[in-house]
Amino acid sequence: MRSRTFSRGLTALLLPALLATACVDEPGGGAGASGDEIKVGILHSLSGTMAISEVTVRDAELLAVEEINAKGGVLGKKLVPVTEDGASDWPTFAEKAQKLISQDKVATVFGGWTSASRKAMLPVFERNKALLWYPVQYEGLESSPYIFYTGATTNQQIVPALDYLAAQGKKKMFLVGSDYVFPRTANKIIKAYAAAKGIEVLGEEYTPLGHTEYSTLVNKIADAKPDAVFNTLNGDSNVAFFKQLRGSGITPQTTPVVSVSVAEEEVKGIGPENVAGHLVAWNYYQTTTTPANDAFVKAFKAKYGADKVTSDPMEAGYNAVYLWAEAVKKAGTTEVEAVRKAAGGITIEAPEGTTTIDGDNQHVAKTARIGLVQADGQIKEVWSSPGPIKPDPYLRSYDWAGGLS
Amino acid sequence: MGALANQLPIGLSIAAVLLLIALGLTFTFGQMGVINMAHGEFIMAGAYTAFLLQGVTSQSFLIALPVAFAVAGLMGLLLEWSLIRRFYGRPLDTLLLTWGVSLVLQQLARDLFGAPNVQVTAPGWLVGGVDVLGLRLPYNRVFIIGLAVVCVVGVWLYLTRLPAGRRMRAVVQNRELAAYSGIATGRVDRFTFLLGSGLAGVAGVALTLVGPVGPSLGTFYIVDAFLVVVAGGLGQLRGAVLAAVALGFLNGYLEFWTDASLAKVLVFVAIIAFLQVRPQGMFVLKGRALV
Repeated sequence: MRSRTFSRGLTALLLPALLATACVDEPGGGAGASGDEIKVGILHSLSGTMAISEVTVRDAELLAVEEINAKGGVLGKKLVPVTEDGASDWPTFAEKAQKLISQDKVATVFGGWTSASRKAMLPVFERNKALLWYPVQYEGLESSPYIFYTGATTNQQIVPALDYLAAQGKKKMFLVGSDYVFPRTANKIIKAYAAAKGIEVLGEEYTPLGHTEYSTLVNKIADAKPDAVFNTLNGDSNVAFFKQLRGSGITPQTTPVVSVSVAEEEVKGIGPENVAGHLVAWNYYQTTTTPANDAFVKAFKAKYGADKVTSDPMEAGYNAVYLWAEAVKKAGTTEVEAVRKAAGGITIEAPEGTTTIDGDNQHVAKTARIGLVQADGQIKEVWSSPGPIKPDPYLRSYDWAGGLS
Repeated sequence: MGALANQLPIGLSIAAVLLLIALGLTFTFGQMGVINMAHGEFIMAGAYTAFLLQGVTSQSFLIALPVAFAVAGLMGLLLEWSLIRRFYGRPLDTLLLTWGVSLVLQQLARDLFGAPNVQVTAPGWLVGGVDVLGLRLPYNRVFIIGLAVVCVVGVWLYLTRLPAGRRMRAVVQNRELAAYSGIATGRVDRFTFLLGSGLAGVAGVALTLVGPVGPSLGTFYIVDAFLVVVAGGLGQLRGAVLAAVALGFLNGYLEFWTDASLAKVLVFVAIIAFLQVRPQGMFVLKGRALV
């Protein structure tokens, strides 16, 4: 008896899933729009090791949705966010993306953080001809027709950071990173740059994600005596690295560490006293002075608490919602192909300044900024590119990068 | 050569961290046979205790040590009393049970303190380091080594000098005989769990000096803790100490010669090879029981 109920229950559970898969090939149509509502998917890790970072991006995206609704929505319709948890697990991201597309029939999805989650979702969006807005800086060398990349690609973050270090006369570098696709690809680019510009790479070390024991690595850095350390560690490892670096006698004055995955939120977790004086490379800081940023920071604190900070990936997620909304307005429909066609050249005054979608590679033109971490946890801009840099995910306009893609 | 010599204190400080996280587990896993996957979350509870207490007084960090012992110990006591005592003798079930508890505790921490890491400021006297004979000794590492020594000596004194410690050893060696001799084994179990979990809390406070403080803190250390206990021999204090020191130096030097990922692989290989030769770890409790 029990087993029969169980199998019936199982059928009940599986049936919608089967139906959903059966519907997969149906084209998006006026995706997500029904009556006076437009459904949008928000897919980030709300649990697991990546939750630390992704929850804040979700918060920023929900804020943008709320603001757009307060101004009357898009095409006269209210945006209704459907939030799913990617659970820091890459197959789950693919599964939930499929669910948002075929079951919730959302007009678009905003989501992802790690490159692994993006790579897991990419085939789902391409197969379903649905749209993903990916809000985090990444390693480049990708340009899917169904993904819009609102974070920086390498020529808007890593290359300007290298230019900055070279201009400061740093001739010897040590590379530290987490052992997965982003740091390894980033370091390949850094090494190509170094070889062309006469910079010596003294060491290249990787540690597993979640690694917490950095004394040996710090000892190796102390032994090599580089002019600067280029840090592509991700997640909690940064806390351990900076705490253990501080006691070692290596100071930001002698050997600055340039990080590309440490923003305001991470500085808070590391403890500002442990990372003050070191450098970071991003396109946006909470201290960036634009009218749009004043409004963004104020609205974010009002909604989530005065002690909250805003950071680059949060801002890129916030922009993604606005950029999509503008593209929909221009297209006059939420239909995916029409939105894609309309998106090229869409420009908004974002918190980081003017940002424009590049129609060719669906990345965004962004201003690069180098920041100095302050003792109060905020980041002070010490250098910025003269204007927004045109995205070049395959680094085709850089002759030293010939062998990379 | 200087860097090579510098690995000596580093090996020792890795050993101290390993020993601190594994010490409590030698009780709950080693002595009671409970595969406690929630041990890492008791470490996390200790770390969050330090976070909550900071700024309360000028010596908050030192005060956090006994408070974290109490907080994590009571959590362990509650876990033993409410769930684990119903599962004695079923190690695989306790594994699943405590793994579930660890997930619940992680999510609880996430809901209470938020998903991002929190900041625990090290007291001023633990910032910086000193050069001794050309070797660099960060103060926080010296403190962790000292704390590990204090904890080991304390546990050793407890086990060998106090009646309660003798009762604990009696229950571990022969539960039935101990019960027939008038020892309330249920109460001893509860106290053992309190002690083991409390030590995890102390480790959590110390780890705020060198590592992240967030909901997933426990997951970073739990595997290493089990490695030390298994390699040292279940329930053996001297085994845990020796295993921690051996693994600390092995880790330190292997990473120095190769890199962090490869060192981890090599350490696992070494442990597997060692357990082939001595399946019960470095030290084995000798007895006449046929178990």
